[in-house]
Amino acid sequence: MEFTQAAGPNPLDAGRVVTKPIDRIDGPLKVSGRAPYAYEYHQDFPNAAYGFVLGSSVPKGRIASLDTKAAEAMPGVLLVLTHANTPKMSDEGEHNAPQLQGAEIKQYEQAVAFVVAETFEQARAAARAVKVTYTEAKGAYDLAAVQDKGEPVKSAPDSTVGDFDKAFSAAPVTVDVTYTTPDQSHAMMEPHASVAKWDGDKLTVYTANQMIHWAHDGIAGTLGIPKTKVRVQSAYVGGGFGSKLFIYSDPILAAVAAQKLGRPVKVALTRPQIFNHTNHRPATIQRIRLGAGPDGRITAMGHDTVSGNQEGGEVENAADQTKLLYAGENRLIRTRLSELDLPKGGAMRAPGEAVGLLALECAMDELAEKTGVDPVELRIRNDIQYDPEKGPSRSFSSRHLVECLRTGAERFGWSKRAAKPGTVRDGQWLVGMGVASGFRGNLVMPSGARVKLDREGVVTVETQMTDIGTGSYTILGQVAAEMMGLPIEKVRVKLGDSDFPLSSGSGGSWGANSASAGVFAACEALRDAVAQKAGFNTKDVTFADGNVASGGRSRSLAEVAGPDGVTVEAKAEFGDLTKKFAQASFAGHFCEVGVDAHTGEIRVRRMLSVCSAGRIINPKTSRNQCLGGMTMGIGAALMEEQVVDERFGGFINHDLAEYVVPVHADIPDLDVVFLDETDDKSSWIKAKGVGELGICGVGAAVANAVYNATGIRIRDYPLTLDKLLPRLPTA
Amino acid sequence: MPVSFTVNGQATSLTLDPRVTLLDALREHMALTGSKKGCDHGQCGACTVMVNGQRINSCLTLAVMHEGDEVTTIEGLGSPENLHPMQAAFVKHDGFQCGYCTPGQICSSVAVLKEIEAGIPSHVTADLDQVAFSDAEVRERMSGNICRCAAYPNIVAAIRDVHDHA
Ligand code: FES
Ligand code: FES
Repeated sequence: MEFTQAAGPNPLDAGRVVTKPIDRIDGPLKVSGRAPYAYEYHQDFPNAAYGFVLGSSVPKGRIASLDTKAAEAMPGVLLVLTHANTPKMSDEGEHNAPQLQGAEIKQYEQAVAFVVAETFEQARAAARAVKVTYTEAKGAYDLAAVQDKGEPVKSAPDSTVGDFDKAFSAAPVTVDVTYTTPDQSHAMMEPHASVAKWDGDKLTVYTANQMIHWAHDGIAGTLGIPKTKVRVQSAYVGGGFGSKLFIYSDPILAAVAAQKLGRPVKVALTRPQIFNHTNHRPATIQRIRLGAGPDGRITAMGHDTVSGNQEGGEVENAADQTKLLYAGENRLIRTRLSELDLPKGGAMRAPGEAVGLLALECAMDELAEKTGVDPVELRIRNDIQYDPEKGPSRSFSSRHLVECLRTGAERFGWSKRAAKPGTVRDGQWLVGMGVASGFRGNLVMPSGARVKLDREGVVTVETQMTDIGTGSYTILGQVAAEMMGLPIEKVRVKLGDSDFPLSSGSGGSWGANSASAGVFAACEALRDAVAQKAGFNTKDVTFADGNVASGGRSRSLAEVAGPDGVTVEAKAEFGDLTKKFAQASFAGHFCEVGVDAHTGEIRVRRMLSVCSAGRIINPKTSRNQCLGGMTMGIGAALMEEQVVDERFGGFINHDLAEYVVPVHADIPDLDVVFLDETDDKSSWIKAKGVGELGICGVGAAVANAVYNATGIRIRDYPLTLDKLLPRLPTA
Repeated sequence: MPVSFTVNGQATSLTLDPRVTLLDALREHMALTGSKKGCDHGQCGACTVMVNGQRINSCLTLAVMHEGDEVTTIEGLGSPENLHPMQAAFVKHDGFQCGYCTPGQICSSVAVLKEIEAGIPSHVTADLDQVAFSDAEVRERMSGNICRCAAYPNIVAAIRDVHDHA
C-alpha cells in the first residue's frame, strides 16, 4: 500500500484507542524483571559458553606480535580467536562488520582477540593473558587541527541562495560566532550483547539492536551466508539512541565461535569498551553568521560546520536544520568532513539537529540581544511557511513553530524574564530564562506487518519493528485495536524477529509513524479479508466492539475468524510527499536556570517543551520520549563530553562515572505540551516523530538561560563551571 | 567455593568461582535475569538488589561473601500477574522506557521509602532530626540509579504515589 497523497478520513480518526494515554502493554513484564534482553535467554541457549572481546590498546597501526598460548592454557578456556584463525569475512555490505581480519588497527579498542571459556570469569581472566604488541602509526585526533581540511559530502550538499557575502556585509546588525560541541556517547543502559547458536547450517542470533533488517543483512553479509539461513531477534532492547542501529563485534564473533565450538556463545561488551569500541556522536566546530535589519529580520543566513570521522565515515550534518528553520533571502550553508583516526562516529539521537541547534539557537539569542528584539519575537518574525531554499512551491506539510513559541511563552511566564542579563537574584542564585526553537526533519521508511485474527477474536501483530523504550509495543497495539474495533486487551504485539515482515526499525524518529503505517496497511487488508469472509460488501462495513457490521447485520470477529483464523500481511510504502513538502516536527523550549553566584554551579529549575508532531498516538509514551530528549539535551548543555586523549587516540573518560550523564538530582519536574494537530501528509497515521524532537534545541535553551542569568556567553559545550567561574561577577 | 543464601525466600546452595559477583550469581547461575548489568562497576545502579533489607549494587560484591544472607531481587517483589505496589506505580506513571534500569530503580525506590521512614538523613536533609519525604529527598537518594531513557520525573511521581497511598 503506497502513501502518495494526503490522507483522507480513516478509522484512526475515531480516537477511541489511538491518542489515549494507555499504559505500556509491555509494562508488567519490564517492571517485574521478566522481559528478557539479548544476553538473558538461558532457556533458548542452554550450555552457552562465554565470550570476552579483547580490544586494541592503540588507535592506529599494526599488531606486531600476538601470543595466545598462556591464555589458551588457562582454566576453562575453549577457544581464542585472533586474525590468525578467524575465517575470512566480507566488508561489502553497508551493514557488514568484519572482525579479526588482519593485523591492521584502525580504532582504539578494535577487537584483536576473542576469548571463549566455560564461564565469564575465566574468559575475562584469559583475555588479559593474551599478549599483544603493536607497531603504532601516527594518527590525527584533534578536530581543530584538521578543520581546514574538511571536504564537502554528498549527504549534505551546500545550500547557496542569493548573495550571502554581499548581504552579510551590508546588514545593519550582524552576528559572527563559532560554537563547538564535543564528542558524545549514547550511554544507553544495556550494553551491546549477543548470543549465537547454530542448528546445522542455520544461525540464530539474539542481539541488542534497533534495526532487525540491517543487523540481518550485516550478520549474513559479513559471514557470507544467505539471509534465509540467519535469524535475528531483538524483542527487548535496553535503549539505543542510535548506537544499536549498527552491529559491532559481538554478534559476529559469537557466531564464529559458536560454529567452531558447536555450542552457543554469548558475549556482552563491557561498559568501558563501549565508549571506544562502538560509535559516538562526533564533535563539531560551527561558525554561524547572521545578518539582519534593526527589526531582527534575517537577510543573510550563514552556517558552516565541520566534523571528523574515519575514512568512509558519515558527517555530523549539523547545518541541516538551518536550511529550513528560518527565513532569509541570502543563504550560505556548508557542511564539511575531515578525516580523523578517533573511534568511528555515527548517529546519536537526532544526528545533525541535536548539536546544530546548540549553535544556531544560541546565535539567534545573540542576534536578539544585538537587535533588542525579544528572543521569542525574533524567532516568530523569522518564521517561514515554506522551504527557504526551494521557494513557496515547497511548503511545509504542517508547521506550527509560532504556536509552539507563543503557547510556551504564555505558559512559562516568559514576560517575567528580565531582558538585561545578570539582574535577577534569588539568594545565592543568579536566575535566568532562555528559549530555543526545536526542529527535527520528518523521515519515513517502508514498513510491513503481519496481522492475524484468531478464533478468540484476538488480533496478533507481527513485525520486525523494535521497541527500544519508544513504546512501539503499545502504539502498534493501539493502531491495530482502533482499526479492528477492539479494546487494547484483545491485541497482542510481537516484535524484533527477522522471521516477521520487514519494518522501518527504530531510528531517526521514523519508527512510530512508519511502523504504525505498516500496521495500518495490514489492518486495512485484514478488514477487507474479514468483511469478505463474513459475506459483507467490503465498502460498507464498520468494526466496533469486537464485531464487524454491515447493513444492519453484525457478526463477531471471533466467529468470522473461525478455527483457521485470518492472516494477512501488507507493507506501507511512501511516495514523494516528503520531497514535495518540507516535513518536520517543531517545538518551543523554555528553560529557567539558577547559577550559584559563588561556585558557578548550574541548576535547571524549570523547563517546558511545547511540541508539534502531528497526531500523538499515545500521549503518555510520547511525553516520556520528550522527557528523555529534554534530559539528554540538558546533559549535552551542561555535562556530556567524551574527552579525547591524543596519547591514546581514544576517549579517556570511558565509563559512567567519568562520562557524566544527568541523574535524578539534576532533573526537576519537566513540563511537556503537545499541540493538538494532525499532519495528513506524513502518512495515514498523520503522526510525526517525537523521539528526537525533545533533544533538538533544548540544550540551547539551557545555555541561553545561563547567559540570561549571568551575562556570560560560553560557546564551547558543555557549559561546565570551570568555564563560568573566572568570569562570574564578583558580588 | 560453596555458598548458601536465601533468594526471594528460597534457600539456595551454589558452588561458585570466588570471582563471581552476586549479580552474576543471580543472572548466570540462577537465571534470575531481572537484576541488570549496566556497568559492572557500581556506576549505574541497574543491579540494585536488597540484601538483608538494605539496597546494594550487586555487581560490587562477591557472591561468596553472602553466606547466610537474605537477598531480594525484582522477581521477589512481584510478578506480572501480581505486581508489587511500586511496580504497579511504575506502570501507571510510565516510570521507564526501555526497562533496563527499571528493576534497579524499583528496588531502590522501595528501599528509599524505608530509609526515609527510618529517619536516615541524606545530603539534602536540612535538619538531621527531621527526615521527611519530599521530591528533593527522593531525587537525591535515587541518584545512584541512572536512567538514560530519563523517565526521572515519572519515577519520582511513581514513588510519590506509593508514599502517599502507603
Ligand atoms: S551494574 Fe552494578 S552499578 Fe552498574
Ligand atoms: S528505562 Fe531505559 S534506562 Fe531507564
